Amino acid sequence: MQPIYLDNNATTRVDPKVVEAMLPYFSEQFGNPSSIHSFGDKVGRAIKQARRQIQTLLGAEYDSEIIFTSCGTESDSTAILSALRTQPERKEIITTVVEHTAVLTLCEYLEKDGYKVHYLKVDNKGRLDLEQYQALLSERVAIVSVMWANNETGTLFPVEQMAEMAHASGILFHTDAVQAVGKLPVDLKSSKIDMLSLSGHKLHAPKGIGVLYLRRGVRYRPLLRGGHQERGRRAGTESSASIVALGKAAELAMEHMEYENTFVAAMRDRLEEGILNAIPHCFVTGDTENRLPNTCNIAFEYIEGEAILMLLNKQGIAASSGSACTSGSLEPSHVMRAMELPYTAAHGSTRFSLSRYNTMEEVERVIGAVPAIVAQLRQLSPYWGDNGPVAEPEKAFAPTYA
Amino acid sequence: MWDYSEKVKEHFYNPRNAGATEGANATGDVGSLSCGDALRLTLKVDPESEVILDAGFQTFGCGSAIASSSALTEIIKGMTVDEALNVSNQDIADYLDGLPPEKMHCSVMGREALQAAVADYRGEEWSDDHEEGALICKCFAVDAVMIADTIRANSLRTVEEVINYTKAGGGCSSCHEGIEEILASVLEEQGEVYDPAATAAPAPQPAAGGLTTLQRIRRIETAIESIRPQLQMDKGDVELVDVSDDTVYVNMTGACSGCQMAAMTLNGIQQRIVEELGQFIKVSPASEQQKKAAMGG
Repeated sequence: MQPIYLDNNATTRVDPKVVEAMLPYFSEQFGNPSSIHSFGDKVGRAIKQARRQIQTLLGAEYDSEIIFTSCGTESDSTAILSALRTQPERKEIITTVVEHTAVLTLCEYLEKDGYKVHYLKVDNKGRLDLEQYQALLSERVAIVSVMWANNETGTLFPVEQMAEMAHASGILFHTDAVQAVGKLPVDLKSSKIDMLSLSGHKLHAPKGIGVLYLRRGVRYRPLLRGGHQERGRRAGTESSASIVALGKAAELAMEHMEYENTFVAAMRDRLEEGILNAIPHCFVTGDTENRLPNTCNIAFEYIEGEAILMLLNKQGIAASSGSACTSGSLEPSHVMRAMELPYTAAHGSTRFSLSRYNTMEEVERVIGAVPAIVAQLRQLSPYWGDNGPVAEPEKAFAPTYA
Repeated sequence: MWDYSEKVKEHFYNPRNAGATEGANATGDVGSLSCGDALRLTLKVDPESEVILDAGFQTFGCGSAIASSSALTEIIKGMTVDEALNVSNQDIADYLDGLPPEKMHCSVMGREALQAAVADYRGEEWSDDHEEGALICKCFAVDAVMIADTIRANSLRTVEEVINYTKAGGGCSSCHEGIEEILASVLEEQGEVYDPAATAAPAPQPAAGGLTTLQRIRRIETAIESIRPQLQMDKGDVELVDVSDDTVYVNMTGACSGCQMAAMTLNGIQQRIVEELGQFIKVSPASEQQKKAAMGG
């Protein structure tokens, strides 16, 4: 039985054409791009080409606005810390409660150093309140960092509008766009976004390569100092094979952009419809009107996500969950909590994230498999009776918590 | 994914005694805050003999919560109520060939459901006697609440003291930042400031040979690491479970578990540790420790 991979928001398969493009840079093209001889020269040219390919994908005005980093997390940290360094008199940060931990954990750490962090709340569809945001914009704020698309629900934030608002108040704007880039058209030159993070492995390039987009003219302090690589803005010998790979992946993402937003979206819609029709007491989380084309997050009530994933995995289906038990930390998903999902639903939230490698046949197989899995776990659940949830489930079963 | 044993997976895929027990006369409903899991245990107890005739579970929870519930019901069926109360969470974990440290609370939840059900049978009020916090030390499964309580009770000031009193941080040391944060917040409650440069008070029980508990654990780990490649060549492995004054408790895993040569292997490990420590210490399987604990030893 062929396994079915529906966890593309976690990571993606490296496109075979990307592998092909990067392989020579491990062997014959192994030179250091900084070297003067021919070994280095060719690598330098390849990196230049990759930078242009990413410039095109992001719609950046200049290729020098692209800085290669090791991952999305590094790009996020570099952006936020740079804004604080260049504006020492500004001690506030605006972000959201549903950011990726790459931003949240850094912000919590900065709070210990005396920074004030404003966490924008979301409603039960995962949407921001822009009036609340507007009220927080002040000359005390060094940077706004808001994700473009949420990794768990796919919900999109109006970052272009929010960047305009920040800009009007003279505040830098950063967006963690690791889930959005490659899935949505992006045109940074026509926006007011100052900095943007992207991650290679979310768009069919390898792990260990990322980009920080830095608008020309934005004051900047590097995270890593040392060599002159990336014009002194990110020292460290270039990961040339991965950079070439990311360039190729960016080119392929452009080619597949329409496919992603039509066929992949259609597969996602069919999956969602099929599951919702077949299973009672489940619902889609997040802003369904406004989300990534590849993502659907369904909360199956009265059962727990890890158990769902294990039974899916037994049938060769890979997905992920916002349940507490699937993360090493045991923390329930902060995204589900922020949307105030009842905990009997939040723990059963399951994310299916597709890619251009999935097929409609796979989608039908998943639709066929999920109902029995959910029914099997509900049979074990203290909230579930013979034919449905017990009457007043949260009163009927109210355990002592420790 | 978690590193679940085959036994955990088997009990998850094919749970025993799932559902409410017919004619039950005892119910225990408990949940674990750290995880959101919850369990209802129902028992049918013979009022004459107090033997548990039947047991069933309904669990809202993850794979190991369901497997722990299933294991619990298998263990206690046929026991008297008093015998059942002696079942520890470690017994449940052992029955399943172990649980990942982050998942040990699933076995704790099983034991608590049992206590709650027995209290219900006896018409008593059950109240939980421990609070569970975020897991800090993954080597020795010590949580934040336990560390904070120990710091308060013993006026601890340094990471080394926390290691001496709780063992937390005595293994891989990755959690030292977390321990420092707990120290800082507890000391702040008391109007004091955490000083990373403070020197530790002498260990509570100065170990023989002039080594602190931490130093002993480190040396024991060094000894085990030096022998590990040989075990792994034979597809086996060993993990350090606990260290007392005179005994090192280990789990033999992989091909070593149940191997005819396990006793000889243990002797080899013991010899290596004795050389490293420069004093005699016994190496025992971790199961011995639970037997000792069960006897109150």
